[in-house]
Amino acid sequence: MLNTPATSTQVTHGQRLWLYATVALVMTFLVIPCILVIPMSFSDSQYLEFPPRSLSLRWYEAFFTSPEWIQSAVVSLKVAGLTTVLATVLGTLASYGLYKATSLFTPITRGLLMLPMMIPLIFVAIGVFFVYARFGLNNTITGLVLAHTTLAIPFVMIAVGNGLKSFDPNLERAARSLGASPVTAFLTVTLPQIRISVFSGMLFAFVTSFDEVVVSLFVSSGANSTLTKRMFANIRDQVDPTVAAISSMLVALSIVVLIAAQFVKRKDA
Amino acid sequence: MRSGRVNLREVHKAYGSFRALDGVSLDIKAGEFLTLLGPSGSGKTTLLNVIAGFERPDLGSLLVDDVEFITRPPHKRDLGMVFQNYALFPHMDVFSNVAYPLKLRKVDRPSIRRRVMDALEIVHMQHLADRRITALSGGQRQRVALARAFVFEPRLLLMDEPLSALDKNLREHMQIELKRLHRQLGMTTIYVTHDQQEALTMSDRIAVLDKGRIIQLDVPATVYDRPNCKFVAGFMGETRFLPVERRDQTYVLDGRPLRLADTRAASSTGEAWLMVRPERLRWQGDADRDNRIEGRVLDVVYRGDCNQVSVSLPGGHEVAIRHSGAERQPLPQPGDTLALWLPAEASLVIGSAAP
Amino acid sequence: MTLAMDGAPGMPLNRAMLKSARRRERRIFSGLALPALVLVACILLIPFAWLAWLSLFDAAGNLSAQNYARLLRPAYVGSFLTTFKVAGLVTALCVVFGYPVAYLLSQLSARAAQILLVFVILPFWTSVLVRTYAWLVLLQRNGVINDWLLSMGVIDEPLALVHNLTGTIIGMVHVMLPFLILPLYASMKAIDPVLLRAAANCGASPSQAFRQVFLPLSMPGLASGIALTFVLCLGFYLTPALLGGGRVAMWSTQIADAVSKFSNWGAASALSVALLVVTAVVLWGVRRLTDALSFSAGKP
Repeated sequence: MLNTPATSTQVTHGQRLWLYATVALVMTFLVIPCILVIPMSFSDSQYLEFPPRSLSLRWYEAFFTSPEWIQSAVVSLKVAGLTTVLATVLGTLASYGLYKATSLFTPITRGLLMLPMMIPLIFVAIGVFFVYARFGLNNTITGLVLAHTTLAIPFVMIAVGNGLKSFDPNLERAARSLGASPVTAFLTVTLPQIRISVFSGMLFAFVTSFDEVVVSLFVSSGANSTLTKRMFANIRDQVDPTVAAISSMLVALSIVVLIAAQFVKRKDA
Repeated sequence: MRSGRVNLREVHKAYGSFRALDGVSLDIKAGEFLTLLGPSGSGKTTLLNVIAGFERPDLGSLLVDDVEFITRPPHKRDLGMVFQNYALFPHMDVFSNVAYPLKLRKVDRPSIRRRVMDALEIVHMQHLADRRITALSGGQRQRVALARAFVFEPRLLLMDEPLSALDKNLREHMQIELKRLHRQLGMTTIYVTHDQQEALTMSDRIAVLDKGRIIQLDVPATVYDRPNCKFVAGFMGETRFLPVERRDQTYVLDGRPLRLADTRAASSTGEAWLMVRPERLRWQGDADRDNRIEGRVLDVVYRGDCNQVSVSLPGGHEVAIRHSGAERQPLPQPGDTLALWLPAEASLVIGSAAP
Repeated sequence: MTLAMDGAPGMPLNRAMLKSARRRERRIFSGLALPALVLVACILLIPFAWLAWLSLFDAAGNLSAQNYARLLRPAYVGSFLTTFKVAGLVTALCVVFGYPVAYLLSQLSARAAQILLVFVILPFWTSVLVRTYAWLVLLQRNGVINDWLLSMGVIDEPLALVHNLTGTIIGMVHVMLPFLILPLYASMKAIDPVLLRAAANCGASPSQAFRQVFLPLSMPGLASGIALTFVLCLGFYLTPALLGGGRVAMWSTQIADAVSKFSNWGAASALSVALLVVTAVVLWGVRRLTDALSFSAGKP
């Protein structure tokens, strides 16, 4: 086995053992915190040992019986849901508009719309905090949704842009030549063809908003605190084991999302 | 059905400094099968896209049945188009693809069903109406694309290299079928191709394009046998050119005056060439009526249906002739000297630009 | 040629009509991007302009360079140095660990790569906060890592792995690795494997083929991966704030503190402007470098 060639240039598996070892190490490093937190969240101890000496659901119970935790989870879901809708619509329209329009301004517009992805979040956070203070948008759902939508638009645009890149423009032309108005052609031909990309854009938008911490730290508080803001506050100074329960649920959610994404991709192929 | 007249006037389209269309004017008769033929970058596809409404020219007029179409959006032009890659909607089955233009025109459901099935029958696809597009072969997709383009009885049928993705046998079969379909439907058809054989086989008239201009517009036989310039002659068939000298009213090759069918294609100034195609050269001839070309055999290449004999002429020029085995002449060997004959009616002197 | 056609002879055919139709079309399609553009302007550009303007005035409202002069104080200079040190170290570690992973992924069959990619994508999709928290738990004084090391006898006393620079670096490498691996993998995937066979055919040993063919061709992808990682590190807030435990003063934590602890908007905005400028310079520099390293044809 070790002497069989691993590449077309006849390097054997044996000669590449070091490579396999390094990669295994890095992969372990990458998944360990995501995976280990799950069994640890069932620990009965304040210190979350691994492997847990005795199992309990006390940290899950702490979460589900706390009105504050539940309230902030609802806020996060609400904000993420609204952001997903708004960012998907705006991002898809913008991406499609830039795909169709060829003018001097399209690269500039594209660059501006991608900016939220490249600018440090801490900067977005204080800028938004500063401006919201003047318009009374701090600590409101509206304020959070607008900020998160701005952050999510680039991800939607990248996803939809990728879809449009592999979309055959002749399909839309064919629809037009057969009598479809621009809007009808988009809705009946273009959109069904890029639906997977739009869907993955939606997924990105949801995750961007739901996981966002830094902006929420500044512009949400009190009854409109997001889940991440409350988690941050609870672990800044000491390790709150309730957060382990929430983290496990979030990791489980990412795994579900990953599997769903794979499933959709396979079904589409 | 006698609608479908097209009149193009002075259509210009530039991309930066590149002139894709440089003042194209063209009149297409109702019911005509007209081919736009040219190499890539000649402007033929741009011209088709202008007619379809996908490209906006900088300048020009497009009349369809005497109505100005030039700024009309594509969906209000009522033109059927067949795309190079077919552009069938992959998320719909065969039936829905063909029904799409009828649904947009709010045709009632029973009529849609009847008309789609009729169209599919014409292209021999009625048994595959509920197939998915991805389950069709190239030839089948071609037929569905065709049915979709004519099912709503458009005034014009536009085709952008529709056969280029098919293999040779299927392509030749489809050429004949398309021609037959055109006769059956009687629709004005504008066909774009870079394949001269396809253009010659199918067209009523051919417009040869180069650098955004129409160089020659005529029936296939004239375009092939009486090209009006070196470009058109070179684009059709395996043409070789021998430079000739002008002397008084006639032309001279290797000191011998040429007997010509037609000298109109050569302008009175500038360079001139004798056009020589392998299938027009003869092994035997008459010194009083035909033109004699002498040279030495360079090589003999077996091609299945014939042997192709390359002959080098004085001045480093080269011509080719086919030897099918039916000639009395035995197959020559490399190094042999040969006398070939070009009949006067096949002898044409042309210039570098159309006169 | 005269252009006589229904209308006045010599009039350019339909020129004005075509021009206005083209302009209308462009306006409609560009208009689709307008709502998104307005949002980005309101949430990003206006605050930036406002803060940049603010940074030019002192507390009394007079025009001054005071806010920028303050950046030269030792506390701030120290935080700049820490930021660059951390960003450089994290990026270097990411290259060392990320390159072999991307390389192996690019060499595997599509199916095997798909499976291994899950190990990279799962953390990528998991909230940074969750992962940072997980490290906090694992690395704390009586956490799992210290427990294991103690029980194996490697150490006698629990190590301080968290609330310091070590913890910050471990956490940041974990967050940044996918950002380096994914683009690098994509660019390595685009390298034609036939080139390596060609090199072998010319007599290159596998290691020569790697060094002389694969490595240079992977450079543009590596450069953009490094740029992305470095720039993300420069403005990174969450992990340093949590795993640094207030002991690692980075640029981002200074900005946050200036606002939330001291309400000093002048300092915060000057720091932000400086951070943006440095980020832009790094991105621009790397773009130039990537262009120079790129071998793809068709580039002017």
